[in-house]
Amino acid sequence: MKSMDFEKQKRAPVYEALERLRRQRVVPFDVPGHKRGRGNPELVRLLGEQCVGIDVNSMKPLDNLCHPVSVILEAENLAADAFGAAHAFFMVGGTTSAVQSMILSACKAGQKLIVPRNVHKSVINALVLCGAVPVYVNPDVEPRIGIALGMELSQLEQAIRENPDAVAVFVNNPTYYGICSDLRAIVQLAHAHGMKVLVDEAHGTHFYFQEKLPVTAMEAGADMAAVSMHKSGGSLTQSSLLLLNSTVNEGYVRQIINLTQTTSASYLLISSLDISRRNLALRGSESFAKVMGIAEYARSEINEIGGYYAYSSELCNGTSCFAFDVTKLSVYTREIGLAGIEVYDLLRDEYDIQIEFGDIGNILAYISIGDRMQDIERLVGALADIKRLYAKDNTGMLSLEYIAPKVVATPQEAFYADKEMLPLSQTAGRICSEFVMCYPPGIPILAPGEIITEDVLQYIRYAKEKGCSMQGTEDPDIEHLNVLR
Amino acid sequence: MEFWFSEMHTDNVKASIRCEKQLYSGQSDFQRIDVFDSAEFGRFLVSNGSVIFSEKDEFIYDEMIVHVPMAVHPDVKHVLVIGGGDGGVARELSHYEEIRTIDVVEPDEMFVEVCREYFPDNAKGLDDPRVTIYNQDGLRALRTRHGEYDLIINDATDPFGHTAGLFTKEFYGLCYKALKDDGIMVYQHGSPFYDEDEAACQAMHQKAFRVFPICRVYQAHIPTCPAGYWLFGFASKKYHPLRDFDAKRWKKRDIKTWYYTPNLHTGAFMLPKYVEELMEGAEDRKK
Repeated sequence: MKSMDFEKQKRAPVYEALERLRRQRVVPFDVPGHKRGRGNPELVRLLGEQCVGIDVNSMKPLDNLCHPVSVILEAENLAADAFGAAHAFFMVGGTTSAVQSMILSACKAGQKLIVPRNVHKSVINALVLCGAVPVYVNPDVEPRIGIALGMELSQLEQAIRENPDAVAVFVNNPTYYGICSDLRAIVQLAHAHGMKVLVDEAHGTHFYFQEKLPVTAMEAGADMAAVSMHKSGGSLTQSSLLLLNSTVNEGYVRQIINLTQTTSASYLLISSLDISRRNLALRGSESFAKVMGIAEYARSEINEIGGYYAYSSELCNGTSCFAFDVTKLSVYTREIGLAGIEVYDLLRDEYDIQIEFGDIGNILAYISIGDRMQDIERLVGALADIKRLYAKDNTGMLSLEYIAPKVVATPQEAFYADKEMLPLSQTAGRICSEFVMCYPPGIPILAPGEIITEDVLQYIRYAKEKGCSMQGTEDPDIEHLNVLR
Repeated sequence: MEFWFSEMHTDNVKASIRCEKQLYSGQSDFQRIDVFDSAEFGRFLVSNGSVIFSEKDEFIYDEMIVHVPMAVHPDVKHVLVIGGGDGGVARELSHYEEIRTIDVVEPDEMFVEVCREYFPDNAKGLDDPRVTIYNQDGLRALRTRHGEYDLIINDATDPFGHTAGLFTKEFYGLCYKALKDDGIMVYQHGSPFYDEDEAACQAMHQKAFRVFPICRVYQAHIPTCPAGYWLFGFASKKYHPLRDFDAKRWKKRDIKTWYYTPNLHTGAFMLPKYVEELMEGAEDRKK
């Protein structure tokens, strides 16, 4: 980890500017029209005066996110320093906007991007927008628990050999489940072939502040990284960071961001990024050590119950699972005869416990700086009780979370092509023009341009039957799919 | 000088006790603990601003939570007390010679220390040689126990604070698993009177009702509780609190009590109409 200037990190320029503005009691004749909440008392009752009082527009003392020159620029520079990046952009459209800005900055229409297929839908959406061509690297699948692993170096080598004209490599690191790839080696390999490395680090904000956790994208020398501050970083939902190394032209990336970013960025989001960055820089190491301890405790207690498998670093195999993010509490549930999504539903409906997601064979409980031991005991106690009451035979259960797709058209071609809507049962062998995914985790089962196979249809029917929340299609009930004519 | 301790029983109801002085104040990993001395209630202990017990009225719930199940179950050998770090429940249990082990699970060591220092009459219950204190979370202690106990007493009182985990479906389920086939579980059931406590009280009954084949509620008058009125839950795998109640056997023991009597045992299960309806409402909402 690069060392940051600890004294400077105690500042929070945007927050301080908002405080100054509040004391000045400026009379607002600008938007937003609620005028510090006076025009919308119900909103004030909901959010509180403090909150609506800083819902203000960009103005000279508060800078402007589209073209920062003062307090936002200072805050971004502090964030860059804290994350060991050459530049940091504050993002207000979620990490989705950060991921899309990376791709739109690195690729143009017709250019190739090497990308693992188990990416978040935001990646493929970006390809629909810009017309770049994906070269998919199929991830290894963990033989026991069925989840997709990271990017294997030999597979990347092959993809690069077959596509020497690709302009960039996209990596998920860590995955939702906590799997990390060998980032340093990937960066070396890609750079040796003149390709940029873009990292979706949505689930890895905490890596930057705890040296016992896996290497960060910036430290590994990646060119850009999208970091979900609102996940493990503690900022407000929808706020995020886009980090750049010195290999990337900051001005061009800003132009790309401004193609789609709002011109009325919320100061609630911006100031939450500023304050959270300060908190992470000053106290992150200690906080995440605590989170690691909590997750480790929960894992050992859950494994003690029997039947469940809360996995961790033992999955590491030197390649496709190079490292594991031990703050992630992912649990394999199939051995007790329940799909992850069934355990997820039971936890919420019967035990008043909301976890992050359940898929076919796993659940993920998100552990963070806001957790208390007593709540961990509830989660573990509930899992023990679910096993006692609901465990059943597991024959006939699907175990695979990932089916390698057959790609025949680019996402953009397929998305905009002439298409027709067919009942699910009549779609086998056709080319899909839309997404199908369980959300969360939001990793497409089908993406535009892929052939619909029997395996895929079986997966869709199974996931629906088990109660997964599915989306992406034009037909909200996923009874029909749009296919190319 | 006037020095009053006040507790909000609802947003609109405040109960106050005039205090002589404050004897202790401390913050543990789990709660803020205060001890006051008062003319009316003697010493009383406060957790996060709520009275937990006073010298004047602790006998009521300690007796009611122990003697009711003990007069029903014919042969209690192993007891688990969850919470109960003050020792009052253990003290009442120590009257019964057939009991072999009393496991007290109290996560908060500071709570036990404070009770030992300021409430020695309660805490002496913890000195019974059959008592083992586990400084552990209640849910955690329960997870590893299978068919071991004849009686489990949940002495935790607050369904929203640091003991929230002891009022959940997983808690009742783990208790069921930790009990023998004829085991009984009793628990603090809260006060049903004020509107805002009603839902919690009902939810509690619903959870236990769905786990145990026999599930009944009984009552006592406890002055420092909200509205001075308190409920207990009786959940059981086999014994019914009234049909299997053996008054003669209990009388023969000749235990000195101040609140509990065999007559009161039966009466305590005769609930006011509005409480009956509240509980029946919970039983109907089966999922």
